[in-house]
Amino acid sequence: MGKTTKVTNSIRALRFANAEMTQADLAGRIGVTRQTVIAIEQGRYSPSLEIAFQIARAFGVPLDDVFHYPDAH
Amino acid sequence: MSYEEKGTWLFLWTTIAGYAAYIVRVVGRADGVALEKVDYERTLLWSIGFVIAANIVGRIALAIFGEVAVQVRSARTGVEQPSDDHNMDVRDKEINRFGEYVGGIVLGTAMIVPFGLALGEVEHFWIANAMYMAFVLSGLVSASIKLVAYRRGF
Repeated sequence: MGKTTKVTNSIRALRFANAEMTQADLAGRIGVTRQTVIAIEQGRYSPSLEIAFQIARAFGVPLDDVFHYPDAH
Repeated sequence: MSYEEKGTWLFLWTTIAGYAAYIVRVVGRADGVALEKVDYERTLLWSIGFVIAANIVGRIALAIFGEVAVQVRSARTGVEQPSDDHNMDVRDKEINRFGEYVGGIVLGTAMIVPFGLALGEVEHFWIANAMYMAFVLSGLVSASIKLVAYRRGF
């Protein structure tokens, strides 16, 4: 399977910018396991739209600042 | 490794162990006699019972030892380590659903064999064993699919 999504994210950078929030802290805020946060950060799992919004809200930024999708060309 | 992933590994190994023990016991009992004449029923039920019980006890042990390991790590590093979450989250549910879906296809396909054997009115031994093998195969495929999804992405 390998990397299954073209979606990239800035979660790691945002965590560090937010008082070095740990993966466990973020997981607790959005109601998933720490392993799921790790999988999302590493691009091994595309979260649902709802989880994506929750992550953005946890950092207090718009969705576009967290997740990025490459242009078609 | 998440609690659910550990539980999937547990299921995989207990299924392999239970089935291997069953095969060794039944084949060992044959000793020159035709396999279908061997007393297999009780061993088969014990084997299935073992897998179910081992998974229940094993999951409890995983939760207890997981927590102990977290406490030991916290004490050793001086930094509080996060505990394992024992609830299925959305990713666990999606991976589980995908694995069970593929396992269901394998089970449905593999069940053609005992169905054919029943229509052919062969010995109960072969029908029961073909069914057991279909369940084991489905369980192994399902668990393997889940583990690949956990490890490599989903």
